[in-house]
Parts: sequence; C-alpha cells; structure tokens
Amino acid sequence: MNDLYHPRSVSIRKTVIENEARDIKTFELVFLEQKEREKFKFSCGQFAMLSVAGAGESPIGIASSPLDDEYLQFTVKRYPTGVLTTALHSLEEGSELGVRGPYGNFFPLKTMEDKNIVIVGGGFAFTTLRSTIRYLLDDKNRSRFRDITVLYGARSPGELIYKSELKQWEERDDVNMYVTVDKGEEDWKGRVGLVPNILSEVGPSSENSIALVCGPPIMLKYTMPPLLDLGFSPERIITSLERRMSCGIGKCGRCNIGSKYICKDGPVFTYKELRELPEVAI
Amino acid sequence: MRKGDRLKEKIIQKEQIGKWLEKLSKDYEIWAPVKRNGLVLFHPVTSAKEIYFNFLNSKKTPKDLFFPQSEVLFSFPKEEVKKEVKTILQKPRIVFAIRPCDAKSLALLDQVFDSEDYQDPYYIERREGTLLVGLACTHPQQSCFCTSVGGGPFAKPHLDLLMADLGDGKYFVEALTERGEGLLEKDDSWQEPQKKDREKLAKIKEEAEEKVKSKLVTKGLEKKLDKIFDSSLWDRVHQRCLGCGICTYLCPTCHCFALLDEKDKARVERIRNWDSCMFPEFTVEASGHNPRISNRERMRQRVMHKFNYFVERYGETACVGCGRCIQSCPVNMDIREIIEEIRNE
Repeated sequence: MNDLYHPRSVSIRKTVIENEARDIKTFELVFLEQKEREKFKFSCGQFAMLSVAGAGESPIGIASSPLDDEYLQFTVKRYPTGVLTTALHSLEEGSELGVRGPYGNFFPLKTMEDKNIVIVGGGFAFTTLRSTIRYLLDDKNRSRFRDITVLYGARSPGELIYKSELKQWEERDDVNMYVTVDKGEEDWKGRVGLVPNILSEVGPSSENSIALVCGPPIMLKYTMPPLLDLGFSPERIITSLERRMSCGIGKCGRCNIGSKYICKDGPVFTYKELRELPEVAI
Repeated sequence: MRKGDRLKEKIIQKEQIGKWLEKLSKDYEIWAPVKRNGLVLFHPVTSAKEIYFNFLNSKKTPKDLFFPQSEVLFSFPKEEVKKEVKTILQKPRIVFAIRPCDAKSLALLDQVFDSEDYQDPYYIERREGTLLVGLACTHPQQSCFCTSVGGGPFAKPHLDLLMADLGDGKYFVEALTERGEGLLEKDDSWQEPQKKDREKLAKIKEEAEEKVKSKLVTKGLEKKLDKIFDSSLWDRVHQRCLGCGICTYLCPTCHCFALLDEKDKARVERIRNWDSCMFPEFTVEASGHNPRISNRERMRQRVMHKFNYFVERYGETACVGCGRCIQSCPVNMDIREIIEEIRNE
C-alpha cells in the first residue's frame, strides 16, 4: 500500500532513435531487481508512469510485448515544451529512472481470439499496437487468431518507427502488412497515401473481425467512416485515448472525459463508448 | 455496548470544556477553530481559551488536515525512495468543532482516496487517526445551502460526536460512534440531558434549518446536465470568471492534485500539491494540445464534476453547500445562480 506513488528503479539497457527528426526514441528498460519485472504484469494497451528524478512523471504506453519478459520498452516523442520527455531523451544508456504501473485497461485480447484482426496505426501512436502485434505474432499465440492485417502510416518515410520490425513482419506470410506514407521521397518504393484512403483500398473484411485503431486525432476521425463503411460495428472498433495525467490511478482529477477517467476506465475504449462521451470529436 | 442501546448523551457546561479538552489532549492532538488576524482557521490548541467558538465557519476547510495543500511524498536519491512511508501522525487527532458540512466533505473525499482499487496511504492514515467532533451550526450564513445538498446545520453523519450550543451556557453533546463515545469518559460533573434540554435542542435545530434560506432544487440536476453539455449556457456563465481557482482551493470536496518534483543541489523531492481544474495548465499536454482550451470548458468541468460526474461515479453530489466559493469569489460568482440557470435551460 505504501508503494502507491513510488516508482520502481529501472536502468536504460538500450536506446533506439526511431525517426529522421530524431525526436522519437525507444527506451529498453530493465528493473534493477528482476523480481520487479515479474511483478509488473501487464497486457497490451496499458501504460506506465515514467519518472525522472527532478523532471517528474508522464504516462507512456508500453511498447514491448507482455511476453518480452526481461525488459520493458517505451517509445517516447520529445517535445520542446515537455519537461519529462526532454529529460528522458537526454538520458544515456545505463542511466536510472523510475517506472510506476502498469495502469489502465487493455485491448480485448480474449475477445480477439478466433477473429480476424485489423490493426490501423498512424505516426508514433503505434506503440501499444506494436506491443499487440508482437504479442499476436508470437509462436505461442499466432494460431489463436485468424487473419491479421496491419496498416501503418506516417507523414514521410523517415517518420516510420520500428523500421526493422516492419520489414520482418512484411516478410512473414501470416500477416498482411501495408505500410504507407503521406508523402513519398525519391527513394521510397512503398505506398503513398493517407491511412484512411489506403484502408478503403485494402478493404479488409469486417466479418468476424475486430479493428484496433491508434493514431493522431485527425487520423482517427477520418478512419472511422471507412471502417463503418466496411461493416465494422462501433463496438468492434477499438481505440486508445490520451490525456495529461498526474497520478494514473483515478485520483488527481485531470484526465477525465465526462465521468470516465482515461487512466482507469481507459485508455482503451470502443468507438461505441467513445461516441457516448462528451468532449470527444471523433 | 448492547445492540439497541443509545450512545451516550451529555450536557456539558461551557466552563467544563476546558477541563475536558485538557484531559483529551493527553492522548490526542486537538485542532480547533482559532481566530488570528481576523482569520478563522483550524490550528492545534492546548487550551479551550484559544478556541473561537462563535465562528461561522473557517475560511479554509479542514480538508488540508487530511490532504495537505503541499506535501512531500518521498525524496530521491533512490535509497530514500525505498524508505517506507513514515508514520504520518505522531499522535491521534481530534478535529474539534468541525461543521457538519465539512465532515460530510471528508466522506466524499474517502470515496476518491480510499477507493476499492487504489488506497492512498497518506490520506487514509490521517483519516483513520482522526476523530471528528462536530459543532452544530446555529448561525448559518446567507451563502449556506447545505440543506439543498443532503446536509443540514445539525447533520450527524460522518461525525464521532456532535455538540450543540444550547445558548444557556450548556452544550448538548451526543456520541455518534463508539470512538466518539470513548471521548465522553465518565465525568461526574456532567449531567444527563433532561427533557427541557432535548426540547431546546429540537428548537434550535429547527431554527437553524430555517435560517438556511437558499433552497436549491438539485433533484434531477444530474440528468439535466447530461443533456446540456453543448449548450450555449456555458458561453455565458464563464464570462465573469477570472480563472483564479479560489473556488477550488476553498472547496472542501475539491481534491485535484499534481505530483511534481522540486530539487536543490542535494536531493529531489516528489511533492503533491493541490491543483485546480480552473487553471489552463491543468490539462495541457506535452505537445501543447489542451483539451480544455478556455474558461468555458473549465467552468463546465467544475460544475459537471460536482453535480454530474461525481454523482455518476459515487452516487453523491460533490458539494456540501458550505458556500465558501460564493463568499470568496472576487467577481461574486455564485454556484447557486449557475445551478438555477442550468435548471431553467
């Protein structure tokens, strides 16, 4: 009970700069005491508070899979006005920081079994979807799910994250990968087009299917109509919301939308639930 | 105590209170309303002489005895992080002469800080280690509206003891919990209440309730608020608001906070400070995006949280009608008028 606001100590084992603008970095964290990793039981879609002494805490989605049992990964975009994200980006491998969590609800992995899964991601909001894809594609899990389709887009080729993994997934024959960019570059041989348009083009079947969608608000807004057109019912479209948080456990009072706390009742909501919330313009 | 037994009731003479408190202060730290520089606030006291019994209500609520305005939760470097939360209270406490409205507010805060899923150790230790001795309100103010939100000037819920000034040099003291009864240890000089004392009590209670003139209709308000999230009413009601946040700081049920770090050369402290939904920074994200962009959204949030969201979540209105937000607003905003406007919308 005394641990409520106390972060656990972790150290940075590895960092990967994910994009050309060099402001999106993946941190691979290991607990100073391995038993803490075992205690940190999470599911795809959850988040944790990352904590740098002197800079405070921020909620960040967990990007690694629950099956990655040695470490946790978080992909963080640095904002010039973001105190924690700036502090985090300045840390070197070997530095220590704190993790508190896991918090929030998660993607309905149980319900997703025996169904076709359509994953639509945009920009760097791809992190908890990446956790999910890693989980679904794991040898232990793959057979429990039907067709898996992944559509991922970024503004430009340089802004795509998890590049080497995207390539590995593209080489697999048990996942339909569609990677697109809003605007191509000279040496870009892949797809060019906005996520909602590519989604309509690809036209995944909604039969026995569930869609997970994460991206910037504008992408979410324009992705819902094509999904509905394809026949996905609002309760079969799952997304994740973000808000500023301080406690992560439904007490500090800032992340609510209507009576729902994003930290505790979310961050994962169905599109049906989302449409019933005030203040959400999707 | 056998079931069905009435808890103790006593008549205590005004001049006996000093002796009573002296006895209690051996085992308890006693906090009571004290008037200093014209300001009534709860302070630790060692003698009844320090207590300002004729107060209307304290300027600030006693909530910061349980949820301090600023509190160090722990400090880094990390060997100190691992240190368990120290015992927060050195001694059990009594909040003496707390008003029934403020006692009710603590029961509402319990819902947040002592929820089923996450229990806040800082709050809970203080709460469990503190007894509440209420002082009934015989002089409700113009800004009071407790009777409209499920309370009353003589309301007993959430108190351990309730005292009422009978006006003739006597206090009618009623134990409401066994812990409260424990404070009324046998003192031969105290009397048992007589029929006339009970009649007097009933009379002053009725008079006090009548003095709460504001009658707000809060029935159905929650449902009404469900429907008017996008109403133009919000464009109007926030116009005068300066966004100073005083309403939230003085509100006994407001509990928003921020965890943040303060550092000097030697160490970093993680601090919990009160925060306010009336401040623009409250919801601004690292990217600069702010979902509550203007006073309009923030005012709506404050009203909705108290009269709709909290009701939906915990089944009760997060307002006890103490009127502090009305008394201290620099531009004379009045939550009662806002509610009236909502009802008429």
